Amino acid sequence: MKVTLKSLTKKFPSRNKKGEEVIAVNNVSLDIEDGMLIGLLGPSGCGKSTILNLLSGLLKATDGQIFFGDDDVTGLPPESRGVGLVFQNYALYPHLTVRQNITFPLENRRGKDKLTRDEMNEMALETARLVQIDTLMDRKPSELSGGQQQRVAIARALVKKPKILLLDEPLSNLDARLRLQTREEIRRIQRSTGITTVFVTHDQEEAMSISDLIVVMRDGIVQQVGKPQEVYDNPANLFVAKFLGTPPINVFNGEVRDGKLYIGDEAILDTSLDNCEVDVAIRPEGFELSENGGLTCELSRVEVMGRDVSIVATHTAAHTPTIRAIIDSDNVISTDSVRFDIKPSKMFVFDKSGNKLTL
Amino acid sequence: MKNNNLKAWLYLLPAFVFIGAFLVYPLIDVLIYSFEEGYNFASQTYFGTGGYNYSYVLHDPYFLKALKNTLILVGVTVPLSTIFSLAISVALSSIEKLRNLFQTVYFLPYVTNTLAVGLVFMILFNQTPYTPGLVNTVLGVFGVEPIDFIAGPYWAKMTVLCIYTIWVVMPFKVLILTSALASVNETYYNAARIDGTPKWRVFRKITLPMISPTLFYLVITGFIGAFKAYSDAVALFGVDLNAAEMNTIVGYVYDMLYGNSGGYPSYASAAAIILFAIVLTITCINLLVSKKHVHYN
Ligand SMILES: Nc1ncnc2c1ncn2[C@@H]1O[C@H](COP(=O)(O)OP(=O)(O)O)[C@@H](O)[C@H]1O
Ligand SMILES: [Mg+2]
Repeated sequence: MKVTLKSLTKKFPSRNKKGEEVIAVNNVSLDIEDGMLIGLLGPSGCGKSTILNLLSGLLKATDGQIFFGDDDVTGLPPESRGVGLVFQNYALYPHLTVRQNITFPLENRRGKDKLTRDEMNEMALETARLVQIDTLMDRKPSELSGGQQQRVAIARALVKKPKILLLDEPLSNLDARLRLQTREEIRRIQRSTGITTVFVTHDQEEAMSISDLIVVMRDGIVQQVGKPQEVYDNPANLFVAKFLGTPPINVFNGEVRDGKLYIGDEAILDTSLDNCEVDVAIRPEGFELSENGGLTCELSRVEVMGRDVSIVATHTAAHTPTIRAIIDSDNVISTDSVRFDIKPSKMFVFDKSGNKLTL
Repeated sequence: MKNNNLKAWLYLLPAFVFIGAFLVYPLIDVLIYSFEEGYNFASQTYFGTGGYNYSYVLHDPYFLKALKNTLILVGVTVPLSTIFSLAISVALSSIEKLRNLFQTVYFLPYVTNTLAVGLVFMILFNQTPYTPGLVNTVLGVFGVEPIDFIAGPYWAKMTVLCIYTIWVVMPFKVLILTSALASVNETYYNAARIDGTPKWRVFRKITLPMISPTLFYLVITGFIGAFKAYSDAVALFGVDLNAAEMNTIVGYVYDMLYGNSGGYPSYASAAAIILFAIVLTITCINLLVSKKHVHYN
């Protein structure tokens, strides 16, 4: 099912009488193609959950419209929208077994949709097989591991064959290893069901690894939409550049003077920009050791991590106390200061309000 | 390890001393009295030992009346007060405006003196030469003959006592249940809403199981409290409860100890032990039943 958001806005009334209202989602427009997995990405409080709740119908939009296919569902209550929602804390009913949890949505059907107990159990088992928990059907949620609970939650959302699957930070309660495993699992389940899925996370790596499309948000406003690699390679603004990538991008104060881009006193490259102050952001993999490279940094330490070597250095113009460069391990470093060449494709220049500049 | 054990016992000692001195010792003492025939406080003497006290109490029409009254009171007020308070709490939780006001109103009886409340009930139900009482006036509108609720037929007095008891015990239950309802995590309701769960089913399948430990606590303490009823009856019908046919087991025990006919500690002890046995049995049954229906998370 194709999903379209048109100028969607959600305002919450202020908590105290005088305060300003909170604009949790601000004029968001988005097209989600049928069968896509989109990752809604942004720091905590940027309005991701609010968008999910607007999609599910738990919250009413202040402004704008939501379409499922060609149907305007903006005014529909949650039960008429046919969405499956996986909550951040799973919200499994603790007093019911896994089977009872999964059949719960089916038991609500009335009239001609009403199912027999056997049909319900059959559907529950089928869905449980899909998420590989069919051997745990008679356990209570408290007898399951975090990862298993998470699968039960997904099964409960999927069993009613929803048109759209919504996942709110589904991996945040899992440990690192399980998180990796489960995100592959979610990808597999999404592929095999072909269901349009919105996946919310504040973890950029997570979003990048499994999404067809990522939507980067900040303070309720969409910053950039695109394929993960495209967004990574071509961030629309400094916020997006800083938000994507581990280790994070290195940002320097720079200056354009007489057709050259300076970091500190060193000219890095030629540019056609007019004279101005800028921020220069360089991905850690954008540095290359070079005898007479353009950028000189003071070496702090070298961290060897298998294949790669991570150079931690300082530079007076850097926004952060240390900067980090990742280079191949066959380079040997013996001096106190290191010189780098910068790969132009891994470097981005922004004006002081964070907008991208083309060199 | 040994050392730790010693410490543990040491920490437990104050509790043991208190429970021992004020609970276990009196209980054993009462048990002993109950088997000593004709015990006399003043001379500290008794005729002999045996089960006569129990046989006397169990054949005493006043005790049987008190037992019957107590059982009716328990059987009527515990379920009704629990159901009413649940209904009120659910209603309170689902309104937003004026919730605090209503909560306060429902809590008022709890902080009001039993005897003062008794007085109010007298005004509501009592007939005087000048007025038939508020309740009778209202009933009169529906063509019902005036009923003497305070000194009239047994069922009328029992009705008043039950209504009074329910009214007195409800505030506490409402208070506890509203907070139990408020503590049910909102996301369960959201999950149920997304799945289009009908209201009644949400209540039965989610709310009830989630608050079942609280509900169970209220039922158990409700049973125990109702079995120990006494002051409520006094507030309504005065101290001579036997004459009013409204005595309770605790009232009977009191009468045997101190009342007009007082001075029979042995009978009082036997009656107290019988009450203890009944309450213990009911509580055990409650615990057994709860195993199946109460969900602790
Ligand atoms: N019910 C609410 N009432 C008032 N403000 C809210 C409510 N829910 C969320 N907000 C505010 O809206 C913003 C976005 O919240 P949310 O969508 O939960 O963020 P995210 O899921 O991205 O962390 C936050 O500033 C939050 O404080
Ligand atoms: Mg959130």
